[in-house]
Amino acid sequence: MTDPKIPVTEDELHAYVDNELPPERRGDVEAWLASHPDDAERVHSWRAMAEALHARYDSVANEPVPKRLELDRLMRPPRKWVYGAIAASLLAFIAGGGTGWLVHGAAATPSTFQAFTADALDAHRLYVVEVRHPVEVPGSERTHLQQWLTKRCGWDVFAPELGSTGLKLVGGRLLPGPTGPASFLMYESASGERFTVYTAKASTETTQMRYTAQDRNGAKDGALFWADRGVGYVVSGTSDRERLAQVARLVYDQTEKKGG
Amino acid sequence: MIPALRRYARALARDADIADDLVQDTLVRALRSERLFLGGDVRSWLYTILTNLNKNRRRSLARRPQFMPLLENNPDASGTEAEGRDIARALSTLVEEQRAVLLLVMLEGLSYREVADIQGVPIGTVMSRLARARAHVKASLEGERPALRRVK
Repeated sequence: MTDPKIPVTEDELHAYVDNELPPERRGDVEAWLASHPDDAERVHSWRAMAEALHARYDSVANEPVPKRLELDRLMRPPRKWVYGAIAASLLAFIAGGGTGWLVHGAAATPSTFQAFTADALDAHRLYVVEVRHPVEVPGSERTHLQQWLTKRCGWDVFAPELGSTGLKLVGGRLLPGPTGPASFLMYESASGERFTVYTAKASTETTQMRYTAQDRNGAKDGALFWADRGVGYVVSGTSDRERLAQVARLVYDQTEKKGG
Repeated sequence: MIPALRRYARALARDADIADDLVQDTLVRALRSERLFLGGDVRSWLYTILTNLNKNRRRSLARRPQFMPLLENNPDASGTEAEGRDIARALSTLVEEQRAVLLLVMLEGLSYREVADIQGVPIGTVMSRLARARAHVKASLEGERPALRRVK
């Protein structure tokens, strides 16, 4: 048995609040608190803190679980549900004049994702205006370009065929990304419209597709970004949603097939 | 289990989308791994995966400059809403390990032993992190601002 005369330590006060205290010591602590108002006040404040935490966050546990987190959905053969999740968000983007997820993704606190999406848009803006040296390796050396970028980046860098949307590969370059190398591919239409496809290592395995746009000097660039198997993709170009989604869809479909 | 994971993720990451990304990644990893089928404490294990994923996410964020507001700008906060915001703000000022301990113990009701296993540290470390986190949040809720805030 413990001696009630042994002073109660700070650790014991915490253990008391968290029900980690040996039962035989509880009475001692209660007696101690009755005669030590400062400690009693601290214990009270910790309990109030716990209540405030529950008041703030319990509602999250009561929200309906989003479809993408449903276990039967997650347990389907991996490629299928991943495809489902990313493609579904793309469909929502195309279909909805919706605000929702679309605006939210851009405005929330900076995630790794927004960090490298910002890098991708900066690179896009920097190089799309370049007439003579937009790329390091020209699109005519597609195989070499893919091998080189794959080797330097460490994941499978693949230059999708975007001919069906009127875009031709201009070429690509290696860029510094947020956590290492990043690949950067540029495409161009007959009318000079340029799109870029940026990949970098993502800290998340898989995400939905999200949209962000940036204004600079009146020009508006849009980007769709997502992560798939630990690689983040950013397709940058016009802020015209349908056009951007059409290109992103092709990029997604082809990288998906390639890896799956 | 998923509702509790989402609650923890939301409090940890403080952004609904990022939080659900973390939960999704956690579940995918869990489902892919054979350990799930070998038994063991699934609950602790899921919290461990999520805690580590968030740590990795923050580590890559830390390499970039962060923009911090110099002025507080919600003068008319009141009632429960304000209380919720205050606790969220107080949480945001904690370092990652302390925030995780505080949330796992106080919000999710895990034992010190479980939290020690999740963080891979001795129980004593969990207790000192918890004590520091509580002191910091208490000070923050009571309006004591770190000296830095006085700079305008």
